[in-house]
Amino acid sequence: MTQEPLIYARDLVKKFGDFTAVNGIDLEVAPGEAFGFLGPNGAGKSSTMRMIGCVSTPTSGELRILGMDPVRDGSRIRGRLGVCPQLDNLDPDLTVFENLTTYARYFGIPRSEGRRRAAELLEFVQLTEKADGKVEPLSGGMKRRLTIARAMVNEPDLVLLDEPTTGLDPQARHLLWERLFRLKQAGTTLVLTTHYMDEAEQLCDRLVVMDGGKIVAEGSPRHLIDTYSTKEVVELRFGSDTPASYVDKLEGIGDRLDPLPDRLLLYSADGEGAVSEVHRRGYTPSSVLVRRSTLEDVFLILTGRTLVD
Amino acid sequence: MVTTYAVVRGTELSTPSRVASILNRNVSALRSGPSYWLVLFSGFFEPVLYLLSIGVGVGALIGNIEIGDKALGYAAFVAPAMLAVSAMSGALAETTFNFFFKFKYVKTYDGMLATPLKPTDIAIGELGWAMLRGSLYTGCFLIVMIAMNLTTPFWALAAFPATMLVGLAFGAVGMAISTMIRGWQDFDLVFTGQFAMFLFSGTFSPVQNYPLAVEILIGLTPLYHAVELVRGLATGVLGWGMLVNVAYLALMTVAGLMVASRRMAKMLLA
Ligand SMILES: Nc1ncnc2c1ncn2[C@@H]1O[C@H](COP(=O)(O)OP(=O)(O)OP(=O)(O)O)[C@@H](O)[C@H]1O
Ligand SMILES: [Mg+2]
Repeated sequence: MTQEPLIYARDLVKKFGDFTAVNGIDLEVAPGEAFGFLGPNGAGKSSTMRMIGCVSTPTSGELRILGMDPVRDGSRIRGRLGVCPQLDNLDPDLTVFENLTTYARYFGIPRSEGRRRAAELLEFVQLTEKADGKVEPLSGGMKRRLTIARAMVNEPDLVLLDEPTTGLDPQARHLLWERLFRLKQAGTTLVLTTHYMDEAEQLCDRLVVMDGGKIVAEGSPRHLIDTYSTKEVVELRFGSDTPASYVDKLEGIGDRLDPLPDRLLLYSADGEGAVSEVHRRGYTPSSVLVRRSTLEDVFLILTGRTLVD
Repeated sequence: MVTTYAVVRGTELSTPSRVASILNRNVSALRSGPSYWLVLFSGFFEPVLYLLSIGVGVGALIGNIEIGDKALGYAAFVAPAMLAVSAMSGALAETTFNFFFKFKYVKTYDGMLATPLKPTDIAIGELGWAMLRGSLYTGCFLIVMIAMNLTTPFWALAAFPATMLVGLAFGAVGMAISTMIRGWQDFDLVFTGQFAMFLFSGTFSPVQNYPLAVEILIGLTPLYHAVELVRGLATGVLGWGMLVNVAYLALMTVAGLMVASRRMAKMLLA
């Protein structure tokens, strides 16, 4: 049995004029997978998502979505996608409920079925009380939830979420994560971009880190941490001294030193041992925190926000 | 993993149902926005006021006007022109202001394009809607004309489809212009053009009254063709020249639609 990936890309390139936003990436996303894009601003995440969503034509390379060609079968592919764009584009002329029912009509879903799904989805994102109100008075988090509900109205095979929880308060984020997790449990394939490492760790089976239009790392969150970071990280603060001034002094401790504006990160397999060594050299940090490595560390290492080395 | 993904090539939605879904959206927007009704209402009254003030008022000072072998009262001469103007302005209001706002500011079309809808569907749907708005005006206006004895029910029925074509032609060109416009201030130019056409396209006086060069120039502008066609039908004075008018308006429709959908694809699907 051959298993066809839902998304297949080879050497995918997107240029805007002379500027290359996506610079030759390869992707494969299998059915049922939750796949994430991480990367700093301007890395090319949204540009990639738009190509996958068949609303942006690749400049070159090969792209197949749901086994079809986006250029030839764009309309048919989009009929089976659910898209939550980075910026909400809800319809301000319509009520919350109508935003879902009219959207359902764009997919050719019969009127009564559209109404049934709209009611169900509003329940799902906890917006039932707002059904008859306009969109404008909704809070940012409510709009985001409505946009996600809208993306579900055609019962999509593949859901694309571009920064689904950016700008939400922690409570709204957790609600959304829970909803997305339920979708994933139900077998829906999710592709999302995020700046939140905890979101990526919570939701994604596999992710890629993009930087400057290229994929710089790929794997499960665990795999990325094991590969690119050490088991533990020590965060050292030195009162009012600049962390960078300690880089020379602590040279050789752990695998890597990373001075941030407010603290010094020390990557080591043995955090406690590293701390002892710092003290042995006669330095007394004002605060010491030993913790496990996270995706945040991987991100810092990979996207070059480090000053050392 | 053992799951197999079978490629199910779902049947593609037909163009009429895609276009209908856009009309459906506009009907919903109409229902939930009281301000929209107000706009619709005022759009109808404008040409009626012109008809009463100029057609009837000024007309009382003016004798009959000959078209073909018929002598028409001034009001009967002006009324079909106002009919064509209301078809034009009804459709234009939709495809300029409203379209531009959805296109540039509220991103309505970005949302639509993430679904099976294509730029052409949106262009056709919005144009159809604009034409319906114009037809609402012209339908009411024709009833006023019949009531004022300025046309007969028979010729009113003949003129009505012509006003639909006028709506399509101006709506399509207006939409094409809206995709090229940079900001609201550019609309002033559009409205100035619209007003100049309104005054000089054989609306208030036969174009033969102007010097030949001006007459030829007017003959090239769209509202002239709209007025000629609608006036011919509303007054029952038919001529072969009307086929030229129809061809001119049909060409505007097709060209406008093509430009508008291309520009939309270029700008929204970059
Ligand atoms: N339509 C466009 N025209 C020109 N340049 C564009 C266009 N869209 C994106 N870009 C450029 O491409 C680059 C990648 O943008 P993209 O939106 O894909 O980044 P991103 O990874 O989504 O960033 P963010 O985290 O800020 O959302 C940016 O430098 C952006 O300025
Ligand atoms: Mg983005």
